[in-house]
Amino acid sequence: MRRNVRQVGFWSAANLAVFAFALIPVLWIISLSLKGPKDFSDRKFLPANPSLDNYDGIFKDSQFTHALLNSIGISLIATLIAVVLGSMAAYALARLQFGGKTLILSSALAIAMFPPIAIIGPIFNIWRNVGLYDTWPGLIIPYMTFTLPLAIYTLSAFFREIPWELEQAAQVDGATPFQAFRKVIVPLAAPGVFTTAILVFIFAWNDFLFAISLTSTDKSRTVPAALAFFTGDTQFSQPVGSIAAAAVVVTIPVIIMVLIFQRRIVAGLTAGAVKG
Amino acid sequence: MTNGAGTVAAQRAEPRQEAPGKRRPSERARAERRLGWLLCAPAVLIMAAVTAYPILNAVVLSLQRADLRFPGNNEFVGLRNYGDVLSSNLWWQDLANTAIIMVASVAIELVIGMLLAIVMQRAIFGRGPIRAVILIPYGIITVVAALAWKYAWAADTGFVPSLLNLSSDPLTSHDSAMLVIILTEVWKTTPFMALLLLAGLALVPDELHEAARVDGASTWQRFWRITIPMMMPAILVALLFRALDAFRVFDSVFILTRGANETESVSILGYNQLITRLNLGIGSAVSVLIFICVALIAVVFLKGFGRTMRQRQV
Repeated sequence: MRRNVRQVGFWSAANLAVFAFALIPVLWIISLSLKGPKDFSDRKFLPANPSLDNYDGIFKDSQFTHALLNSIGISLIATLIAVVLGSMAAYALARLQFGGKTLILSSALAIAMFPPIAIIGPIFNIWRNVGLYDTWPGLIIPYMTFTLPLAIYTLSAFFREIPWELEQAAQVDGATPFQAFRKVIVPLAAPGVFTTAILVFIFAWNDFLFAISLTSTDKSRTVPAALAFFTGDTQFSQPVGSIAAAAVVVTIPVIIMVLIFQRRIVAGLTAGAVKG
Repeated sequence: MTNGAGTVAAQRAEPRQEAPGKRRPSERARAERRLGWLLCAPAVLIMAAVTAYPILNAVVLSLQRADLRFPGNNEFVGLRNYGDVLSSNLWWQDLANTAIIMVASVAIELVIGMLLAIVMQRAIFGRGPIRAVILIPYGIITVVAALAWKYAWAADTGFVPSLLNLSSDPLTSHDSAMLVIILTEVWKTTPFMALLLLAGLALVPDELHEAARVDGASTWQRFWRITIPMMMPAILVALLFRALDAFRVFDSVFILTRGANETESVSILGYNQLITRLNLGIGSAVSVLIFICVALIAVVFLKGFGRTMRQRQV
């Protein structure tokens, strides 16, 4: 019994440490977003007079609302395209016999390790010449490119798991090929595709380098770039409250997604990475 | 065994079952090959167009005097841009900073990540919630994480300086600013490391631990003699991914210091030359050098990886 108490104590402390590690910076930015202008410099962790004024403010600020729409639109479209193209390639890699598979997988791996800064100059230059600078496609194209390797690796790991014989079995039982695909294969493949979509979305939602290099106005500037832009222009009157509120707004959806799909994300991350 | 299922599964599935009807004459094989390439083509073409072409373009530009403020004045200058970059103090200072950030953050992450992985695997209660909250730093936008750390440490807004009784703003001197950058990186990316290590831990069979325990090995001995060697491949993969990622460090430096007080990283240097100063020639030389550094790091790791794999003969 004594040992049990000690064990419970030990693991409680360990769990508490993990929670503190993961949550303190998040709680801090939330607390900051609730502070009024007078309290930013009070050096306290908790807000003295919590209020939602900062949130009111940013949703009235077209800089932020535009950035939010840009972020959502660009990330969703990039995710959709990357997952569709990634699924096609992953299906081929997992199921078909053809030469050059190793070549495709190793070049995808090389791109996963590729430093984006190495191509930002030429892309910046080309985009300005062909009119893609400061447009949605101008960001969607690099995002889907840099997430395709992740999508291909994760999806082919998932697709290898699917018992494809079931499709044949369904056809033997009288299903048409399309029915067999829709009723048997799609439900089996959906979790993997969905997981991949989450990982790709997080990448696009998170990107900063392309966002600040390839945009210049509200037209296509995404939230991470807008946040840095807020900070940059006035050194002495940093809109700390607005920045903190905006940061919380874009963080909440990701946190909710991560908490709901925790298991899938873990499986997807490790499948994609360790397989390499 | 449930998590890291992807890993285990992927390895188990390696000898792929032949699709039914596979052994028919080559007509069918050829059709399959065609379909395979057709399905892969869009992804491959996009990846090549958006990475291979620009990197070649960067190599060409790095050999020219190319400045977007004076368009049309491009001129072939051989390796002069590389000479300029490699003979400047700034490049070596930034390379040193980047190397320090990479080595320090990856080393700290390996230790904390291992502890987190063990807690996630062994905790006798609360494993689900732990695995969920640990993903929060992973999901958060790096810029947001860096802003949270910046406001926490800055003298005017932060609670940390008064907590630690600091006399000056930690973000205004080189050493302490580097420390904050490293801690920010550690916080944001340790969960990824921990998850990869957790997948590796799941591959260590319990029976081995049992057998060693029966033979009288201590917990510590079992950790160093069984757990660590067994999960070496997972550790190397995690280190490789994180080292390459850390070498590209950009977002957190940009937000925390913008490179002030000599905290610039090589990616910031490249960005400043290319996008701020529009000097495509010098900037591309920096880009190509970064690319070479990343390739070297990858080669060193993959060599080490190949060696452990051969020793292990999985």
